Amino acid sequence: MTPIVALHAAYWNETILRLVVALAIALTGAGTFVYVYLFKMVSHLQSRLGPMETGPHGSLQLMAEVVKFIQKEDVFPRRSDRTVFALAPFVVIMSTLMIYVVIPAGPRLVVSRLDVGALYALAISSLSVIGVLMAGWASANKYSLIGALRGTGQLIAYELPLVLAVVGVVMMAGSLNLTTIVTAQSRFELFGFRGLGLYVIPQFVGFFIFMVSAQAELTQTPFDMPVAESELVAGYMTEYTGMRFLVFFIGEFATAFALAGLAAVMFLGGWWFPGMGAGWGHLAWARELVGFGVMFAKVMLLGFIIFWVRFTLPRFREDQLQAFAWKFLIPLSLANILVTGIAKVAAHA
Amino acid sequence: MTVTERQVSAYIAGQAADARVRFELETEGMTLNIGPQHPATHGTLRVIVRLDGEQVVWADPVAGYMHRGYEKLCEVRDYAQVTTLINRIDWLGSFCNEVPFILAAEELMGIEAPPRAQYIRTVLFEMGRVANLTLFLGDMAAQVGALTPVFYAFRDREYVLNLIEAATGGRFHPNFDRIGGLKEDLPKGWIDETKLVMRKIRGFCDEIDELLIGNRIFEERCRGIGVIPRDVAMEYGLSGANARASGIDFDLRRDEPSPLAWKDADWKVWTHPDGDSFARYWVRQQEVREATRIVEQLLDGLPSGPIRAKTPARIRVPKGETWVHTENPLGEMGFYVVSDGSPGGPFRCKIRTPSFSNVSIVPWLLRGVYVPDVITILASLYFILGDIDR
Repeated sequence: MTPIVALHAAYWNETILRLVVALAIALTGAGTFVYVYLFKMVSHLQSRLGPMETGPHGSLQLMAEVVKFIQKEDVFPRRSDRTVFALAPFVVIMSTLMIYVVIPAGPRLVVSRLDVGALYALAISSLSVIGVLMAGWASANKYSLIGALRGTGQLIAYELPLVLAVVGVVMMAGSLNLTTIVTAQSRFELFGFRGLGLYVIPQFVGFFIFMVSAQAELTQTPFDMPVAESELVAGYMTEYTGMRFLVFFIGEFATAFALAGLAAVMFLGGWWFPGMGAGWGHLAWARELVGFGVMFAKVMLLGFIIFWVRFTLPRFREDQLQAFAWKFLIPLSLANILVTGIAKVAAHA
Repeated sequence: MTVTERQVSAYIAGQAADARVRFELETEGMTLNIGPQHPATHGTLRVIVRLDGEQVVWADPVAGYMHRGYEKLCEVRDYAQVTTLINRIDWLGSFCNEVPFILAAEELMGIEAPPRAQYIRTVLFEMGRVANLTLFLGDMAAQVGALTPVFYAFRDREYVLNLIEAATGGRFHPNFDRIGGLKEDLPKGWIDETKLVMRKIRGFCDEIDELLIGNRIFEERCRGIGVIPRDVAMEYGLSGANARASGIDFDLRRDEPSPLAWKDADWKVWTHPDGDSFARYWVRQQEVREATRIVEQLLDGLPSGPIRAKTPARIRVPKGETWVHTENPLGEMGFYVVSDGSPGGPFRCKIRTPSFSNVSIVPWLLRGVYVPDVITILASLYFILGDIDR
């Protein structure tokens, strides 16, 4: 009996290669966000310089941080549930890394063109709730527990508007496949203008809801009640140090990069740019590169918005935050779906 | 919801939480120690809160982690050395601490500083207030989650501290006030620079207006949170902006005859009727603006002359006792100085600090609120640990 691996050697080679590239992109993406936004942009917003000594303009600071975290002692609180405590950060980062499987970074640069890509990405991203709850419960710390419970409530509450915001896009594209959504945007015409066919224009309400919910999913200000630094002292992450804290940290920024990527794909046309259609002939490889660059630029633009908001606004209280999700965002997203549906039917009629 | 409605609902919530503890003793709440090592306590205040879910059933502030025995130490220092100690009581506006003590000593000795010294004292006093409250304006934002204003506050406070350093030689601990006047006159060019910096500070206040005062989330977090009615504020002996935010029109700079030069400037005491966290924040912001105006006016009318009255080479305070209080950045600060006529320091020095009274309201105020509001309320009460434990 031939093992299945041997049967599909070419398939496995390609898949593993794609996964390694996706992992590299996830890590470098998180690193880019940390350096460009957390270290530098925010510093300049706050009239300071940020790291300046390690490498040109402090660009190697991240390496120093990673090395510092790795060489720290792996501390477990005395009354913690050791197994759960040790596993929690990896559950969080796993849910993050699995989003990268479906995000198309170029016309062919995608690990898997899942037909239910949009649904898969949003479902997988909500798995991090389990890790958050594990971390908070296993830490044997009251602040961590409060943070974890708040985090769980918040992630569940904002998962709904996040999904409902995407429904409008899915209805317009007629597909859950993220690559199809991009190509649908390249063909979409608005008032006869093809170049303006990005879904962010007709779906501006959906875009707003998506970005707000993404901010909440990332537990960033104004929705950072679960980690509230001045209050819960980093919430469910209070007891973590060293490598495990680093994993949480990478998870947070990799999720930011992934959600910015999803928003770029679904609302800003992903890798598509006027002139990116077919007809590149033997320069198809160049089209991949340009597409990747376009996608990266869009992700960075959205990342800028995420971090700008994060470091400007104060945070909501837990009950205000829940009220905002259930009483405002969800009804608004349902109305958005309704209007989108009517417009779609009217356009076809 | 209006403020009064919120007040009523907060009261009902507190009553309900009480009732639950009384009748459902088997329901185990959680006791949470906020502090002594907690970013919201500005030092080492410990607040023990008993929680029912996220609701506070009762709260108890525990002070004393930073007690340095200053009242006792004052007795074994002579009058000139005491200012070094009391600089460190409210360490953010430290010049303001020196003034009431020196005024008390002057009163006992029957000396009055010359007008120029009184003017410069008042200017430095108000600059201490600006340095102190500017940091509050940023820090309160950090406590409710906005990280940017606190950096702006540090940036603009730095200008004020540089000027205090230029005039006195010390950024945080000037140790500049002397019995009968001041240590030195102002350096050259200081007045123009100070006026420039005061304009910058008003610019900072405008920035705060844009970033926080008009921000919907900030208002949601602060309006109707931690409401102190007028009579309760009186009962607990609140002073300073905490009292003025509850509608008590009380400011020692205006109401108390003082040798300092506040009466020569045109300024206003701001009050707010609401008594909530937002009112306390707003009143302090107005106070910073008024303080910059006082500094500018006094520098314009700065009289010439000596900066120090004739004092004996060896300070000897005659027998007697006196009570001098001033309106410090945190509230009413008073020194009760008793002298037995000996050549050393005061026989007894009782220090009334505003933060101690202001924090005493915490058990009353925190009942029935949520944990996030605990942080807002503690931040808006604005205490400094050195000012509670002296």
